[in-house]
Amino acid sequence: MIEMTTRQADQITPEFEEEADELISHYPVSKRSASLPLLHHWQNHFGFVDDSGVEWIATKLDLTPINILELVTFYPWFRREAAGKVIIRVCRTLACAMAGSYEVKEKFCEAVGLAPHSEHHGFGTAPPTTPDGKFSVEFVECLASCGGAPVALIGDDLFENIKTSDVASLVTNLK
Amino acid sequence: MPTLLPTPHPKERRIIFENISKPGYAPDIETYLAHGGYESLKKALTMKPGEIVDAVKAANLRGRGGAGFPCGTKWSFIKYDDGKDHYIVVNGDESEPGTFKDRYILHQDPHQLIEGLAISAFATNTHLAYIYIRCEFPHAARIVWNAIKEARSKGFIGKNILGSGFDLDVYVHQGAGAYICGEETSLLESLEGKRPYPRIKPPYFPAVLGLYMKPTIVNNVETICHVKHIIRLGAAEYAKMGSPGDGGTRTMCVSGDVVRPGIYEFPCGAVTVRDLIFDICGGLKPGRTLKALIPGGSSAKVMRADEVYKLKIKGPDGAMVDKDLPMLDVVLDASTLQAVGTMVGSAGVIVMDDSRDMVWALNNLNQFYAHESCGQCTPCREGSLWMSKLTTRMLDGGARADDPTNLKSIADNIAGRTICAFGEACSWPTQSFLAKFPEEFKKSAG
Repeated sequence: MIEMTTRQADQITPEFEEEADELISHYPVSKRSASLPLLHHWQNHFGFVDDSGVEWIATKLDLTPINILELVTFYPWFRREAAGKVIIRVCRTLACAMAGSYEVKEKFCEAVGLAPHSEHHGFGTAPPTTPDGKFSVEFVECLASCGGAPVALIGDDLFENIKTSDVASLVTNLK
Repeated sequence: MPTLLPTPHPKERRIIFENISKPGYAPDIETYLAHGGYESLKKALTMKPGEIVDAVKAANLRGRGGAGFPCGTKWSFIKYDDGKDHYIVVNGDESEPGTFKDRYILHQDPHQLIEGLAISAFATNTHLAYIYIRCEFPHAARIVWNAIKEARSKGFIGKNILGSGFDLDVYVHQGAGAYICGEETSLLESLEGKRPYPRIKPPYFPAVLGLYMKPTIVNNVETICHVKHIIRLGAAEYAKMGSPGDGGTRTMCVSGDVVRPGIYEFPCGAVTVRDLIFDICGGLKPGRTLKALIPGGSSAKVMRADEVYKLKIKGPDGAMVDKDLPMLDVVLDASTLQAVGTMVGSAGVIVMDDSRDMVWALNNLNQFYAHESCGQCTPCREGSLWMSKLTTRMLDGGARADDPTNLKSIADNIAGRTICAFGEACSWPTQSFLAKFPEEFKKSAG
């Protein structure tokens, strides 16, 4: 965990809370259902979910913090520390691996200036991130675009049929 | 993602991808209406709900998510007027390796899904539905949200749909990167905001106890879209397109070592392995021969190119006769694939040519399952990791001669001993790769 000097919950704006209330209204039967949407909302806004986020969401939904923390540590998408501004998620699974995703991922690491790595992150940790905080690169499991292998989800955008020779210019465009 | 599919092959029949295939087709509601959108909903609202359920049954629609359960049967577990709240949850968590059809529907034709959903809800007396979309499809979530708003503003969903007195609210719910949420009871736990551990069975069907412990229909995105076409074409016409017991069309996703990977749509039972690879997908890469094929997403048992299956089929006089069926002549439908010991699953076809090392391929899948096991059941949590470790050391060195035997024993001790079908899903690749390519595993362990 990164040492926290400020609590994210102290920076909540009225608009943020309004949006949270709107999300909760999508679940008229049980507001506990809003825990994933609120975690997404939090992470999209703050970049990660700190302890104050876990507590704030739990209080908002009349839950105890462990009900939220156990989601943060279960789902690969959530993290408890900052990741890069742009996260490059390269698909690792069979069709992409057959089409060269391991090489593509290494190229991405090289292009952004990260040491090659193959481990999955998870349990709330952030993927390897460049010292300037601009990029994270990680392997993820099947992104459901196997016909266009190898693929990567960069930010919100999917890139297909990535050639190792394209990676450097792709990264330059992101800078 | 290409916005336009290639021209359909003569063997194809596109109903799900019909609109997406047209030049200039966009996901907005005006475009959908210009292509006959929401006409089937209007028709459905003039029918009795029971008639719609009967039509879906008569259409022989099987679920397109992987398990292939007859959709009409699933629906008929819901008692229309039992006085309980009913829910529909659309499973758009598409994450079975090799599968990428729902991605196209969600991104490019969301109203087709919403129309199918409104019809399904009307048939099952459901007033609240969620579309569960994996969070790795961030654009799809926005597109579907927008489509929901458009449909509501035109009165196709919301209060008193088209003056029928029927109400339906629809919301998008995003996942958070866990494959297990594709399992229907895990998906429901996820939607309830809990850790998505699959539920203990019985009850076997969410239609008995589902979301918030109320009768719930969980259907795949494509399955719900088919409902629209059953109403549009009529059950008999729809069923006729497919093979007996497997009606309509099925989208197929082809990836791996073929010249033209991508998505295709065929009447169920219309193509063989040979047709698919050598005709429709343009064959293998130059100078290569076929080695193996996974027919229904990564969990489906692998087929070896030189296999000949011994089947018993009904002869012309009704007696059972033996038939040799070479792998290339296997028809890619639910019953034939089941007969040869694998499954149509999600129809995600992964093709591997003779350049592929089967230990490497299995190791890739084993790493997937080891990462995605939810950890609830010991055999799966431990076993999937052990299998991954064994295949990894077969590749990296340090394997023992009895590793193939150990690998099989681990897989055999997971399947059938877990709460959900993930146990089978993670064992079948190991069991089938070992059975079909024993020489490669022996060599790697050597």
